[in-house]
Amino acid sequence: MTTRSLHTAAGSATRSAAQTAVAAFAAILLGSFLLYGVGFAQPQQIHDAAHDARHSFAFPCH
Amino acid sequence: MDLIRRLFTAALVAGVLSGTAASVVQQATTVPLILEAEKYEVVTPPAASAPASAPETAHQHGPVREVGEGVPTTLDEAMQRIGLTIASNLLTGVAYALLLSAAMLLAGRPVDARRGLVWGAGGFVAVSLAPSFGLPPELPGMAGADLELRQLWWLAAAAGAGVGMAALAFARNRFVIAAAVLAAAMPHLVGAPHPESAEGAVPPELAAHFVTASLGSAALFWAILGAVCGWLMSGLVGEAEHRPALRTQPGAR
Repeated sequence: MTTRSLHTAAGSATRSAAQTAVAAFAAILLGSFLLYGVGFAQPQQIHDAAHDARHSFAFPCH
Repeated sequence: MDLIRRLFTAALVAGVLSGTAASVVQQATTVPLILEAEKYEVVTPPAASAPASAPETAHQHGPVREVGEGVPTTLDEAMQRIGLTIASNLLTGVAYALLLSAAMLLAGRPVDARRGLVWGAGGFVAVSLAPSFGLPPELPGMAGADLELRQLWWLAAAAGAGVGMAALAFARNRFVIAAAVLAAAMPHLVGAPHPESAEGAVPPELAAHFVTASLGSAALFWAILGAVCGWLMSGLVGEAEHRPALRTQPGAR
């Protein structure tokens, strides 16, 4: 649908392996950073805010 | 860049949807158990050992709080706590969606909502089921070993399971597969860090119920996350394989 038409519209811009690697790396970097913050970081305020979510998702919390 | 923008958009939408669903289910399943368990968390009676040098303050200790400090007592506190939990769930959803969509992109195989469901099942096994095998989802007040050791073991179990499943699904070299399976098994062979004595204050019935509630809500979370990721990534991944002209195009000059 819209995603497909977008893709074919930009069809001439064939994706390179480097573009794929950069996009995947950026997603992994941001994803890991967010995951560390919400699931692992120990400053008291972050811990308290994410407390119930950490327990529910079975991150080690206390 | 177009690819990054669409990848991040897919992850954002998938993360928000799955995080919202998880929030609804958790408020009905895991969160009540957490609040119940916190009643058992505080073992030191507050101000019980206070010296009698300040008798005028003794009157202020009428409603002594015997429950955990974090247990909300007013509506404002309760709403704030629910709000922060929902925000944390949305962030968790976006974080996992970013990692899952990156894995989809790197695998380079075609995806859609149905295949995304399988990817989501893989995510569930990696970060919910595999770590739970050694470190069951724990309630506040349960006995646990050193936190950093448990976090490290959790990461090793999750990463090992993820690598193991990815190798079984995509690798061709049998040595790579064997090494990845070993990486998945290693944390369990070493064993998760456990306390010297498993004497928590939480009733075992509560703890057992929490394990199933946590795993169940995580399964729903991952099903939605994987399906939405696969659906939104369907135009992004796998088509490069059908374009062998990629190398012959002198576009880079």
